[in-house]
Formats: sequence, C-alpha cells, structure tokens
Amino acid sequence: MSPPRPRPSGRLVRPYVVTEGRAHPSRGTLDLVTLLIAADGPPPSGLGPEKRRLTELCRPGALSVAEVAGHLSLPVSVTKVLVADLMDSGHIVALAPIPAALPSDARILKEVLDGLRARL
Amino acid sequence: MGSAPASDDIHLRPGVRTAVKILVVGHFAVGKTTLVGTLSEIRPLHTEEVMTEAGALVDDLGGAHGKTTTTVALDFGRLTVSDNVVLYLFGTPGQQRFTELWRDMTRGALGALVLADTRRLGQSFDIMGVLEELGLPYAVALNEFDGAPGHSLEEVREALDLLPDTPLVRCDARDRHSSTRALVSLVEYLLTRTSELEHA
Repeated sequence: MSPPRPRPSGRLVRPYVVTEGRAHPSRGTLDLVTLLIAADGPPPSGLGPEKRRLTELCRPGALSVAEVAGHLSLPVSVTKVLVADLMDSGHIVALAPIPAALPSDARILKEVLDGLRARL
Repeated sequence: MGSAPASDDIHLRPGVRTAVKILVVGHFAVGKTTLVGTLSEIRPLHTEEVMTEAGALVDDLGGAHGKTTTTVALDFGRLTVSDNVVLYLFGTPGQQRFTELWRDMTRGALGALVLADTRRLGQSFDIMGVLEELGLPYAVALNEFDGAPGHSLEEVREALDLLPDTPLVRCDARDRHSSTRALVSLVEYLLTRTSELEHA
C-alpha cells in the first residue's frame, strides 16, 4: 500500500477533520452573503479551535459567510458546516433575510443604485 | 482619481442588515479580479469552493482514488451602499463545467456583470449562455485593453448577438469611476426589468 500523497494546498488540517467528517451543514439556508454575528450567548470555551476562531471573528461586528471563509482560509462548504453548528449551539446568529427573496425587490435595487450613483 | 476608502475595520457597520450580491463573470484574465479590487471597500478576499464534478461519486475520504473534485477560486469584495444594505461582488470563473457552482452562486443574486474583451469576444458566448440558462439577467462591459481593436459598440452588440435591451458599456476595470458606471448600467437595467414585471 502506498503512503497517501501530500495535498497540494498547504492546509494544516484537512477539511473533513474540521467538520468531523460531514460534508453538509445542518441547515440549508446559508448563502455566501448570509450575514453573521456572534451571539451574547454561551461562552466559546467548549469549542474547537476553528469554531472558536470563527466565533471570535464575528464578535466585533457582522461579516458574510464568504468573508468568514476568506478570513479563516477555509473553503465555503466547510465554513457553512461550522456556521450551521454554531447557530445550532447558539454561538452565532444570522442577520440577513433569506437572499432568494430579494432580487425582485425594487426597493433594494433602488437603494443599491442610489448608493452606486453617489460614488460617481 | 480617488482611491477606494480604506478601512482598518473588516466588519460591517452596525446598521447593515441586508446583503445582496452581483456576480462578475468572464473568461480567464479578462479583469474580473481587477474590477472587484477596484470597487471593493475592503481588501478583496479570496476563498474557494470544492465541487464534485457532475455525476461523479463523492470519494474525498477514500484518498487517492478518482479525481472527482474541482477547486474553484472565488475573489470577492464589498461595497456598503447605504446605512443598511451591503453589496457583495463575486468574481467567478465562467467555464461551462462550473454550472453546478453557478447555480449555487446565482441563487439570490441580483444579476451579473459580464466582462468581455474585444480581442476574444467568442469566449464570452458560453458565459452568456450559462447565465441565460440559469435565468440571471446581465449587462456586458467591455474591458478596454491597450491595443484592443477599436470596434464600435454597435459592431460588438451584433457580434455578441445581444438582445436590444441588454446594456453594453465600455469600462476600464482599473478605474473606479468607470467600473462603478458599468455596475450602475447593470442595476438600472435590473430596476427597469423589475418594474416591467410588476406591470405585466
């Protein structure tokens, strides 16, 4: 039996170790732009290192799922699994409404347009 | 030319509750990452999505057998457009084989800005095809490269076979004003479509 080949990404821990072997989050509503913030709930003391880092990252203010993934250098899919767990355990709460409800919302589009025009 | 306001704080302002996204798509080296970086109020971030190729078995835990997964890079940035709305821009690769990722990315997206290069217009066809298949509205921005052939917008519109109401603009992905104008054309178009849908 040949030894396992080293992975090209220099990641310290393999994703499935971080997620305890799971490939899918416990809830399906997380989007790349779901906004997250740490809850004033249970202390992060019982959490593993990644979950603790994630919770601390979201304590000073809100960040999107994508930003959390970027700052923690984790793939989006792994980040979603961790976030879903932390929502279940009450450490993280989501701020934004479900994004799928938005694209046809003229009010939001107008707000985006005004914001962009103000930059010109 | 003013530079984007640099912020030491990576976090969103306290009142921001609503996040929306626009995709920046285009073929390899067309300037997607440049445009995202030009417009973003934060230092652009990078992440990746690991995807299983369509129809393949998930075998990631099994080790070396079967190269069934692909890693797709995402570069993104953000613009806080009002006291409570933030816009995220995702630069995504446009290849047909990433349709699965696109489906995920386009869910909830307002629309897409297709960056095109007049020297390689043919490569934009696949991308526009995928967007149409997924039902995501888009505008096309011609990233102007030095030495690019000077076609008129009418010629390009014809070459790309764009619908009459699809916005087509020129843009310099390195320039904030120019890149913002390209996004404005897209959002104006999205707003027009919305009011048309409402009155239909």
